[in-house]
Amino acid sequence: MRQQKSIFDNIDWPTVSIYIVMVLFGWLNIFSAVYNEAHPSILDATQNYGKQLMWIAVSALFAIIILIIDGKFYEAFAIPFYVLMIALNIGAIFLSRDVKGAHAWIPLGSFNLQPSEFAKLATALALAKYLSSPYIRIAENKTKIIASFMILLPMAIILLQNDTGSALVFASFLFVLYREGLSQNVLIFGFIAALLFVLSLMVAKVYLIIAIVVVLVLTWFTLRRTWRNFLALTVVGCLAIGLVYSVDYVYNTALQPHQKQRIDVLLGKKTDLKGAGYNVNQSLIAIGSGSITGKGFLQGTQTKFDFVPEQSTDFIFCTVGEEWGFIGTSSVLLLFTVLLYRIIIIAERQKNAFVRVYGYGVASILFFHVFINVGMAIGLLPVIGIPFPFFSYGGSSLISFTLLLFILIKLDSYRMYVLR
Amino acid sequence: MRSDSGNQRTVILGIFTIVILIYIVRLFYIQVIDNSYVASANNNVLRYVTQYPARGFVLDRKGKMMVFNQQVYDLMVTPRMVKSIDTTDFCNILQISKDDFIRKMNKARQYSRYKASIFEKQLSAVTNAMLQEKMYKFNGFYTEARSIRMYPQATAAHLLGYIGEVDDKLVEKYPYYKSGDYIGISGIEQSYEEALRGKRGLKVVMVDVHNNVKGSFQNGQYDSTAIAGENLVLSIDADLQAYAEKLMAHKRGGIVAIDPSNGEILTMVSAPAYDPNLLVGRVRAHNYGVLLFDKEKPLFNRAMMAYYPPGSTFKLINALCGLDAGVITSETRFGCRGGFGIGSVYVHCHPHAGPVEVRTAVAVSCNSFYCQTYQAFLGNANYGNTEKAYNEWRNYVLSFGIGRKLHVDLPHELKGNVPTSAYFDKLYGRNHWKFSNVISLSIGQGELGITPLQMANTTAIIANGGYYYIPHVVHAIGNRKYLPKEFTTRQYCKVAPEHFFAVQDGMQKTMEAGTARGSAVKGIVMCGKTGTAQNPHGKNHSVFVCYAPRDKPKIAVAVLVENAGQGAWFAAPIATLMIEKYLTDSICQASKAKEKKMLDAIIVPLAKDTATNIDD
Repeated sequence: MRQQKSIFDNIDWPTVSIYIVMVLFGWLNIFSAVYNEAHPSILDATQNYGKQLMWIAVSALFAIIILIIDGKFYEAFAIPFYVLMIALNIGAIFLSRDVKGAHAWIPLGSFNLQPSEFAKLATALALAKYLSSPYIRIAENKTKIIASFMILLPMAIILLQNDTGSALVFASFLFVLYREGLSQNVLIFGFIAALLFVLSLMVAKVYLIIAIVVVLVLTWFTLRRTWRNFLALTVVGCLAIGLVYSVDYVYNTALQPHQKQRIDVLLGKKTDLKGAGYNVNQSLIAIGSGSITGKGFLQGTQTKFDFVPEQSTDFIFCTVGEEWGFIGTSSVLLLFTVLLYRIIIIAERQKNAFVRVYGYGVASILFFHVFINVGMAIGLLPVIGIPFPFFSYGGSSLISFTLLLFILIKLDSYRMYVLR
Repeated sequence: MRSDSGNQRTVILGIFTIVILIYIVRLFYIQVIDNSYVASANNNVLRYVTQYPARGFVLDRKGKMMVFNQQVYDLMVTPRMVKSIDTTDFCNILQISKDDFIRKMNKARQYSRYKASIFEKQLSAVTNAMLQEKMYKFNGFYTEARSIRMYPQATAAHLLGYIGEVDDKLVEKYPYYKSGDYIGISGIEQSYEEALRGKRGLKVVMVDVHNNVKGSFQNGQYDSTAIAGENLVLSIDADLQAYAEKLMAHKRGGIVAIDPSNGEILTMVSAPAYDPNLLVGRVRAHNYGVLLFDKEKPLFNRAMMAYYPPGSTFKLINALCGLDAGVITSETRFGCRGGFGIGSVYVHCHPHAGPVEVRTAVAVSCNSFYCQTYQAFLGNANYGNTEKAYNEWRNYVLSFGIGRKLHVDLPHELKGNVPTSAYFDKLYGRNHWKFSNVISLSIGQGELGITPLQMANTTAIIANGGYYYIPHVVHAIGNRKYLPKEFTTRQYCKVAPEHFFAVQDGMQKTMEAGTARGSAVKGIVMCGKTGTAQNPHGKNHSVFVCYAPRDKPKIAVAVLVENAGQGAWFAAPIATLMIEKYLTDSICQASKAKEKKMLDAIIVPLAKDTATNIDD
């Protein structure tokens, strides 16, 4: 039933093409960002760009292996893989090298494995497996609790690794849950909570509470005046006010000093261009100075001369902006949009619920990375270290994104056969 | 499995799309609309490195080097790169204390940890060599070649002037200069600044975040090379200048020698002089202080800025005024009975045969003759009244370049003082003053204030028989013979040429049989006039003006030695020695005794020279 003539049968070529374009363009930008005149060859294995080529090769190999392996494997091993990744991530806390305060890397010879990158993949698979199981209904509280647990567990572990960025990505699974039937109120509440968090850092609490009360009272008049609605509004109001008051606590105790500073800088509470605001400022200068057409390949001064920190990893978008200008940045973002649309189309055309849920997982993870990474580079979000998919230098992230995408491509290639 | 899922998909895609749209709009704003980031990026990466041109040399009229540039070395430090160094060794080489070291390091750190700044200015080549030997041990330090002015002749300090760093006021006034630039502050360094400074070059380089230079910007498209300053050839005779300064050692006063045939200044001395090398390099600040507070005021250029009463040398002008105005002729004789009196005023004269005409009056410097001449001038009915006559006389004097600026090509020239009639109006009341009130002007005393430069120029006018060229020290700039029109145009005084002959005769007679006969030099026909200027502050000033040879004057000299008594005692021997030296390039045997006497004479015992010379 599942016999394919070739492993490339039914492959979604548009997705693969976008993937190849992005990886190669990313590689060019890494070359440019850390270009070293002593090592002018893009193939020089002692430099990041040479190494990235190796990672591209390894990723290609993984992609082919994925296409060779029977698709049933992923569904069957989703849960064991998830358990393994949880274990590895717990291990990373203890085994890891300390890189800028984070304990997210397990040294494997000359390569440092970042298990949190793979935890996203594992979670996406496991969540898909769970939600696509027979008799599982998202409307049931038990399902909600177990699904939440599956997401929050790796998130918590990664938070313990001090890798806030990677932990935040797990919030993207909200989209998956929403697609599978979770009330839209969850998205709205999430959004309002985030908004209140930011606002309470910016505006005096008294005004915020007055605003909340006013909004609730106005809402009350638009609703039918039943006890039920009154009660609901009161609860919402209490929660909102409670959140406003808990922000200070979270802000002062849960966040680390550098995170607080980054938030302060973003909110304009502090202009510290030499300290916490340095990265964002230099990143903005790099992107902004690219103008419409950019400075040209290898001509970026901000990135090449180290003004932008982490220019080949978290801030790789700066090189795109500086050397390729607005044309480059908007093209890359549009390409991502096309990719996201394509993934959603792939997900929606599945007859198999596992593949659909997984597809939404892939789209959500990619979107969240772009959202956080670009938002940070253009100064709309605080500085959170998180790779730009397919572009950022790094073996773990490139391989994990490749696996993420190609597993979907592989699973999608069965869409003609599977009848369940 | 849910069947109705279109809604959720739309919401999710909508969120994706909206977020990315917001980002694209934001990118459009920062990349396309807001231009400030381009400037910020350039500001980050571009460094404009000034290429300093070498300042032009200064040569004397015979091509002798008077000012050149010496390589010195600024020691630069980049604090971030300084790791454990042997400070004791380091401080020993620089001859600074450990506290100095710490202080200087802190200062550099305060400026920037990443950018290089000056640790110690202007190290000599010797110190630099010692430092270079061990430089590999002193990480973070390097030396940068700079140049300072050096004066191989060690003369003519006032005339040459000096350069210094521009201050904020100058930067504001002349936008060419940037903080840290050098500019001529006095002397020819100031007046020929534009020719000497050359043209600055600019190099645009790119630096990385640690301020390491990464190469030139756009292949040096915006770079310009520095153009060295032009050499300046002066009219000064360096040998004569040095000789004059030697003769003026331990004396106070001024000497100016001019070539009457073209107005070129051959020598300009202000005594006491100082070695211009004292005011360069690391010792400058110390020495400047010492010289500034020296009670003999060595920094003051007496040759152009000091007002002296001209004494009897002024009689030449009064004789010429009298002749031109027709109040006397060359044959007019006035009697002298040991002086001249009018009302309660009496002017003494020394014993001589009389009555005298103008030639003899010059030669023997008869006071009575000039009092009567001046009386005749001011009393001349043609002018109407004393005030008008006085104004006419004053115009005569001004036409000799006295009481106004000559516009010599040196800064800080002062105009001297010839009192106006308004001055006397104020003193005595309008129409309430007459000849007897201003009688002292007839013999060069009173309110007259004349600079040695003006005295020399007046002498040149007499030598030329009625005209002069504006005195100047420039002979040529670079390879072109530089003579602006004002330096090649004859300036005539109000006295007609035919009246000079009698006065010139008198001046020759002064040397041969008159007051300066002791200073005559065999074989040179000189014309001179002694002066003994009374001054309220002490002993008389010794004044002498002369020129030679009479037929084709090549040099006109004015010498003033403060508080040295009669003109014949000091000023005349010094002036004639200079003329002899200039015309014959030697001092004949007969003049040797005179020379030795002048060289040895100490009129002002100078305080021990506390200014120190350059460090090695």
